[in-house]
Amino acid sequence: MPEITYREALNQALAEELERDDSVFLMGEEVAEYDGAYKVSKGLLERFGDRRVVDTPISELGFAGLGVGAAMTGLRPVIEFMTFNFSILALDQVINSAAKMYYMTGGQISCPMVFRGPSGAALQLSAQHSQAAETWYVHSPGIKLVTPGTPADAKGLLKASIRDNDPVAFMEGELLYNVKGEVPDPEDGDFVIPLGKAEVKREGSDVSIITHGKMVHLALQAAGKLEKDGVSAEVVDLRTLRPLDVEAILKSVHKTNRAVYLEEGWPYVGIGSQIVALIQDEAFDYLDAPVVRVTQADVPMPYAKNLEKLAKPDVNRVVAACDRVLYRD
Amino acid sequence: MAEAMAETKTKAQEGAQRNGTDVTAERMERFSKDELRGFLRDMLLFRRFEEKAEEAYAIGKIGGFCHLHIGQEAVALGLIGPLREDDYVISAYREHTQALAKGLEAGPVMAELYGRDGGVSRGKGGSMHLFDAERRFMGGHGIVGGQTALAAGLGWSIRYREGDQVCVCFLGDAAVNQGAFHESMNMAAIWKLPVIFVVENNAYGMGTAFERVSAVPVVERGEGYGIPTHAINGQDILETWSFMEELAEEVRSGAGPQYVDARTYRFKGHSMSDPVSGTYRSKEEVSEKKEREDPITVLRDHLFEADLLSQEELEEMDAEVRAVVDEAAEFADDSPFPADEELYTHVYSELNEHGRLFLDGRDR
Repeated sequence: MPEITYREALNQALAEELERDDSVFLMGEEVAEYDGAYKVSKGLLERFGDRRVVDTPISELGFAGLGVGAAMTGLRPVIEFMTFNFSILALDQVINSAAKMYYMTGGQISCPMVFRGPSGAALQLSAQHSQAAETWYVHSPGIKLVTPGTPADAKGLLKASIRDNDPVAFMEGELLYNVKGEVPDPEDGDFVIPLGKAEVKREGSDVSIITHGKMVHLALQAAGKLEKDGVSAEVVDLRTLRPLDVEAILKSVHKTNRAVYLEEGWPYVGIGSQIVALIQDEAFDYLDAPVVRVTQADVPMPYAKNLEKLAKPDVNRVVAACDRVLYRD
Repeated sequence: MAEAMAETKTKAQEGAQRNGTDVTAERMERFSKDELRGFLRDMLLFRRFEEKAEEAYAIGKIGGFCHLHIGQEAVALGLIGPLREDDYVISAYREHTQALAKGLEAGPVMAELYGRDGGVSRGKGGSMHLFDAERRFMGGHGIVGGQTALAAGLGWSIRYREGDQVCVCFLGDAAVNQGAFHESMNMAAIWKLPVIFVVENNAYGMGTAFERVSAVPVVERGEGYGIPTHAINGQDILETWSFMEELAEEVRSGAGPQYVDARTYRFKGHSMSDPVSGTYRSKEEVSEKKEREDPITVLRDHLFEADLLSQEELEEMDAEVRAVVDEAAEFADDSPFPADEELYTHVYSELNEHGRLFLDGRDR
């Protein structure tokens, strides 16, 4: 299987879907002539023309809403936010228009569209450019949320998201774009990963580290470290946060009886809060310890390198959380 | 009300003379007798429909927010009537009569206000979210100015598919202060989208006079975007209809977006929960507007003047539309409430076979 970057995987997915379906178009800031702020859309303008790959003014609310309006007629817009930080400006159209349209029209009008771009912190970008947007999106019924952590997941899930008939928020990781991984060769057929399926990225039997998005890599590092210490950690990558693969979570908890949720975002009403609630609700009797969460510190992201490091989840904190649920601390 | 309308005839005639009887006569000539009477009939239907809604609200058959369009009928009819069936109309939450003007039937619209299964949006939208995808009535949107961005998308879609339809987007005067409006106007302009932005300028955003919240008049808000601007008298159906007949054709043949300041007046409170007058506008102002600028009496007087309608015929017409509205209310009354199972339908159009979409524990 060829090894390509996360960025190339996304680019392949976009190109393949633009090729396959004329109703798909890509719109956002710098996506066309500039080849994308993160070069995800490199070469797409040249290949598909400015009808399909469209540069916008810096008007997140406006072009997100335009995308919703276009989706209302059956087109399949892929709306790129340069980062999800800027999508906060567009949340009215995402939540009030896209997510609720199918319901308030009594099933007449759906919005088959994707909002995509990087979410979460990179390096020293400070408070306004370093935040995980998952909770804002997943909170509202009517929207689906996908958070791929690897190149293969990025490709397969983006293709599925574009084909989905509901609005899908698709959150990438700025620090993932250069990460390489095996992705099936396009020559070997259409590679699509259905939404709602978690993947066990590493099998284990003592503790479950459940996570999503780029934190998968941190979870795997922590699992490696724990192994040296004789602890077998399982890493469950949810991949999609809505629909949520509850079965996979429960299966892992039934096996290990101990769980840690790892996420990039803030703790208060974070994704982990929901997962903890779910586990206590549906697998209480299987637990040998309370579920512990590892999150960003409950502060805006600081700029100073040392403070930023303190604010972010790191391997040691994940290991410490596992130790805690194993009563090894 | 037919009698009451007859009494104000003289004043309206005076007004017509002041504005130039010739202009009115010329405009009248564009339409056949049947067309002119049809305009009156449709506006009367809108008026009676809203009055019925008001009545139903008072006795609790309609809940929530309910914004009436009384006084603004010539904007809805004149700017939607001339459109083709495949043209798009999108609006805010004062949209009952616009829905009727786009061809939605009175019964299902009323049933939607009643929150019934037979409503145009299956009882899930209510007064503020009327939709009919087939008739291309695209809502019914509740966040001020939000629909302008959706309108840009509808226009985008027309252009993308190389169609010759137009999209007419209604917004209130207060919406021109929203960011969405400005972003949408700009996008419509740079991409030459076939969107006609119509500001129903009734001078007040809820209880705030427009001049208190804008340094320039509504009509000047389009200029900075390079969008052709028009100001029309929204109380005169002859003007609104003729205007849209021409404008829609221009946009169809590639004229790009347009901005229309349709001057009108709301005879009722902002919503059913709000007073007609009070701290923000005087009783006298409202009654003077009703007397001089009621779009229905304005047209009725033109018809009387030209001997195209008698008092008796007007009364017959009124009886006919009242019957339509009564039937609509009966239809709404007879329509069942949505079944309990409908709570969870239409949240997602695609229920993925993997994973859980609803997190309230119901499918445990």
